[in-house]
Amino acid sequence: MMDGKTPMDLDRIRADFPILHQQVFGKPLAYLDNAATTQKPQSVIDAVREYYEHDNANVHRGVHSLSERATAAYEGARRIIADFFHAHSEREVIFTRGTTEAINLVASAWGRANVRAGDEVLITHMEHHSNIVPWQMLCEQTGAILKVVPINEAGELLMPEFEALLSERTRLVGVVHMSNALGTINPVADIVGLAHAVGAKVLIDGAQAAAHLPVDVQALDCDFYVTSAHKMYGPTGIGVLIGKEALLDAMPPYQGGGDMIRMVTFEKTEYNDLPYKFEAGTPHIAGAIGFGKALEYIRGIGFDTIGNREKDLLTYATTQAEGFDGLRRIGTARDKACVLSFVLDGIHPHDLGTILDREGVAIRAGHHCAMPVMQFYKVPATARASFSIYNTEAEVDALFAALHKAQEIFA
Amino acid sequence: MFDLRDLYQQVIVDHNKSPRNFGKLADFNHQADGYNPLCGDKLHIYLKVDDAGVIEDVSFEGEGCAISVASASLMTDAMKGKSLDDFRTLFDGFQHMVTSDLAEAPDEEHMGKLAVLAGVREFPSRIKCATLCWHTLHAALQDSAEPAKTE
Repeated sequence: MMDGKTPMDLDRIRADFPILHQQVFGKPLAYLDNAATTQKPQSVIDAVREYYEHDNANVHRGVHSLSERATAAYEGARRIIADFFHAHSEREVIFTRGTTEAINLVASAWGRANVRAGDEVLITHMEHHSNIVPWQMLCEQTGAILKVVPINEAGELLMPEFEALLSERTRLVGVVHMSNALGTINPVADIVGLAHAVGAKVLIDGAQAAAHLPVDVQALDCDFYVTSAHKMYGPTGIGVLIGKEALLDAMPPYQGGGDMIRMVTFEKTEYNDLPYKFEAGTPHIAGAIGFGKALEYIRGIGFDTIGNREKDLLTYATTQAEGFDGLRRIGTARDKACVLSFVLDGIHPHDLGTILDREGVAIRAGHHCAMPVMQFYKVPATARASFSIYNTEAEVDALFAALHKAQEIFA
Repeated sequence: MFDLRDLYQQVIVDHNKSPRNFGKLADFNHQADGYNPLCGDKLHIYLKVDDAGVIEDVSFEGEGCAISVASASLMTDAMKGKSLDDFRTLFDGFQHMVTSDLAEAPDEEHMGKLAVLAGVREFPSRIKCATLCWHTLHAALQDSAEPAKTE
């Protein structure tokens, strides 16, 4: 097994990502916005290019060679994804445009069939807007009630409050596996167990977690797990819903169209089997193929190596942040990964974002699509550095050197 | 290569630190909210316009980045005692200045102190920070119930 701590391995990983080797405003790029999207290794870029150069055709239709190759590659990616997340079968793996569409699919197709007036949907205070708004829309349509599990100052879920909010009225619990704004890793296995005990289903938003933590949906026993390829070194515009087959089978379709049908007459349509029932229209074939390659890339490094390396780097960054004058960290959960969210006295995060950019350091400044988190901490925005497998201690140093520069400008 | 000091001139840093005309006017007859959803910048403008259509007093509250706070501070300073026609001329001039070609020198004669904000031209993602207060003042003059946006 590789030891992620040796510089040689890090060099090798960095060599896999062509975009990293550039300068921005004459400074070496330090890409620390991985929670927004990760960069893509050459193997993913090549897979997408090769598909368009050699195999491009529509899937599940043609009898010609290209269509058969495209179908094999697309379905091959589904198999890789099923293995990666330990799905029970490939029928449980539904391609979507991303996490957002996957949640909307569940809220729309499962929600409208299973949620009634007076029922409750339980989410947490640290959800991304994509795991808030679809449930709000469902509640508006059905008369159900949205409830929110509070968090503490560290950015951790208050589990006793979670248990107190659970009841036989709770139809679904929507929880983020790892918070994009805070880095908090939630105890999702405990949450699934408690939710199931009252008969509630559980959707886990894995957009932020899936590149950093191993996920076994069968061991977790979650009902729905959703994530996006582009936060896992894969292409944008493709993601996945992994749902329990019995639930998916009983759900009405999400969108109607080609590929999701078996038989259409003007009187009646017979829907296709899983997973195609939920994949209306020509899918993002190249994206799915790139997604599969990205998961193979992650598997090639291994989650032990990834976890150790990212933990070391976060510790390195956190230690510097703690010693930095005027810096307040937002999100100090005991169990967290890869995210350093903070505010600096007297300097707005957007000004930091601009100043850091001129130093080659790419961070995110804003509300991170988690406005309720900002409201909780009473800040309009935070600056967020988020790390990945290819980041270095030197890039963390560049971040803090640039923060010093910002303080000089604002002195 | 542009220097960060083109954007963060000392005047801007100073106005951000100690914004002028900050707080609620005791006596006002127009007001409006401004909101930049991208940044989360929020402004509220209070305005006292007399019967002759002259801006007697103007102030702002809110939170935002240094560019948006300094811009609101400088704008409120510049607008006191100005007519509504003057406002329109300056608003047009300001919008032109912050979106014009880099080769074009800012019109310091007409823009006065506001010319220090010309540097945002070099930072496209920050132009809206500088113009939010102008859109908000415009909304206040029209007594708009909808928050002003920079879109």
